[in-house]
Amino acid sequence: MKGTLLTGNAAAASAARLARVDYVPAYPITPQTEIIETIADWVREGTMDAKFVQLESEHSMMTAAGTASLTGARVFTATSSQGLLYAMEMLYNVSGWRAPMVLVNVSRGLAAPIVLEPDHNDVLAARDSGFVQLHSETCQEVADLVLLAYRVAEDRRVMLPALVNLDGFYLSFTRERVVLPEQKEVDKFLPAYDPPHPVRATKAVAKGSAVMEGFVYSYFRYNMHAAALRAKKAFSEAARDYRELFGRDYGPVEGYRLDDAEYVLVMSNSFTTLGRQAVNRMRERGVPAGLLKLRMVRPFPSEELAALLRGRKAAAVFDQNLSPGSGGILFPEVAASMYHVKGRPETLLPVVGGLGGKQLTSDEMTSIFEEMIAVRRGEKAPEPMFLMRSEELAKAKKAVALAEGEP
Amino acid sequence: MATATRFRTLKDMPSDEYLTPGNTMCAGCGGILAVRIFHKVLGPNVTWVNAAGCMTIAVSYPLSPLKSNWIYTAFASAPAGAQGVRDALDVLMAKGKLPASEDMKVVVVTGDGAAYDIGFQSAAGAIDRRLDFYYLCYDNEAYGNTGFQMSSSTPFGSASKTTPPTAANPIGNTHRKMDLFEVWRAQNAPYVATLSNSHGVDFLKKVEKGGTIRGPKMYIDFAACPTGWGFDPKDSIELEKLAVQTGIWPLKESVDGVVRHTVVPRSLLPVKEYLTKQERFAHLFEPTERTEAIRTIQESVNSYWAVAGAKEGFAVKAAEVT
Repeated sequence: MKGTLLTGNAAAASAARLARVDYVPAYPITPQTEIIETIADWVREGTMDAKFVQLESEHSMMTAAGTASLTGARVFTATSSQGLLYAMEMLYNVSGWRAPMVLVNVSRGLAAPIVLEPDHNDVLAARDSGFVQLHSETCQEVADLVLLAYRVAEDRRVMLPALVNLDGFYLSFTRERVVLPEQKEVDKFLPAYDPPHPVRATKAVAKGSAVMEGFVYSYFRYNMHAAALRAKKAFSEAARDYRELFGRDYGPVEGYRLDDAEYVLVMSNSFTTLGRQAVNRMRERGVPAGLLKLRMVRPFPSEELAALLRGRKAAAVFDQNLSPGSGGILFPEVAASMYHVKGRPETLLPVVGGLGGKQLTSDEMTSIFEEMIAVRRGEKAPEPMFLMRSEELAKAKKAVALAEGEP
Repeated sequence: MATATRFRTLKDMPSDEYLTPGNTMCAGCGGILAVRIFHKVLGPNVTWVNAAGCMTIAVSYPLSPLKSNWIYTAFASAPAGAQGVRDALDVLMAKGKLPASEDMKVVVVTGDGAAYDIGFQSAAGAIDRRLDFYYLCYDNEAYGNTGFQMSSSTPFGSASKTTPPTAANPIGNTHRKMDLFEVWRAQNAPYVATLSNSHGVDFLKKVEKGGTIRGPKMYIDFAACPTGWGFDPKDSIELEKLAVQTGIWPLKESVDGVVRHTVVPRSLLPVKEYLTKQERFAHLFEPTERTEAIRTIQESVNSYWAVAGAKEGFAVKAAEVT
């Protein structure tokens, strides 16, 4: 097999270089830091022709990224977790400016309590920001999605920033075999950025003007929504070109052993690999199990998802995130996509797991299918599952007891 | 100033206008006047990078009073916005994607709320990185756009919506105005200057001088605010002049850390003459005169000029402390 061993972080940095980005404003945070360190090295040694600058916060980093994009530069940056939240105000500004930069988020759970390993509360906090969101399962996908993200973001029908997500530790620091495309092929796929209305001395523009009337504001917001929806078509076209040039095929969603599947697990990001294993194990047991991976989270691929879920007996939505007081964040989105669909699965099971990078055994993953079957048989109500093993619970309780000073 | 200047008298004020007549600022606004004068020195090729504040409303869709570029960023990060524009221009020109004729001066314009408080960190970062930009703070000594709440720039004794004089605290704001000039100087900004719209030639020369310096050029303009301070808009310039003549607003500059006062009043007018003309200080005089508070203000001004004079070798006659 071709390719080189690369971490997810190195794959992201490599794709930024292949995209010939002009500008990388940066700020360190675990587990993203390797991306900006790699780029800083390349710029210093002259193997990447970009300007690299370290800002004093993620908020400033995103501000500089946005205004540089408005000035016509192709911009890349990366962050994680608290950094994404610290920059959150600017995410909304950058999308409102219609500045098509690409941001890589390396997922990590949110404080408090502070944690280093991943879940998706960080990236899903940016769900409503107007960024196109693409989520990766493998290091190969990280590299490919960054390149695709530029095509989609800079598409004149879209003109929105894009975010590519990868899981901290599971991808960021894990070496996998990655095939990087040739530069001259990438140049064919991704021509130089041609900004439609850049900040210019010879033709002055106003960006981010105050809008005092709700109807004008509404007009622009609806426009952004329409542009985000058009990102689906832009993605499909870009993905077709990508497949022709590089042979790898990406859709907004991806099915695994779905053909005759009656029980389907819906999930995203690196733990999808565990989901695939669970499907295989269930198949070995004779259960028609399948998996549906969400690659595109914004725009939400409702039609694609509905088309692949209709006619199934049951589906479970695995959310590696938690909205306290509601549950998994993607579950209601999947449910809403199915509401008017004839032949929708009768059972839709919400599952939350893997918070803060909590490891999942294959038994935990297969338990999701077992639960779907039990619900279908009427043995159980479709109540939300919160994955944790009994020995983990015992250890957690022991830690709590220790913290409380019990002997 | 020792260096050659094209500004000797007010008649040298360029007639070029980059701010069209008619805009959404209040009558008598010192902030928009500062933008207008500043722009005259900079010339046409400018990108303004704005933080949330009064000036944000000046560019209200679909209109702009500016003939130059404008980017509204957010409250906390206009200097980082300037970083992005400057860096993008530099990298695009270096790569040959943009002709040198497209180069611009990048100017941050914020109020004191952004400069002294919420955007303080972002300015510090830009200074640290030696970003080649101008920073114009129109300092109206409170959060003017939200109706005049206290900022770190609000002077001792000023009333504000969040420091109202009360029976327990009859003097209003009890903090001293933060010395942003000294903070920026301590951060090694190569050029820091104070401005007053009432002293046009001094203003013009300082913007001109900034143009000869590479790196962060930091300006604090004393921007009279009729609605917040409580005075007739026609008196804006008069009030700014009084602030200079009483010594409350020193006009000075720092070049590579060396401070020089550019306008030295021979003898200070009593601060009372300045304070009594504004509603924000009215509680210091009515119903009873707060003698101690007024004395505190006068003493602090006198002491400032005594120290400055000793350092720079000039003598200023202090005003009487009553």
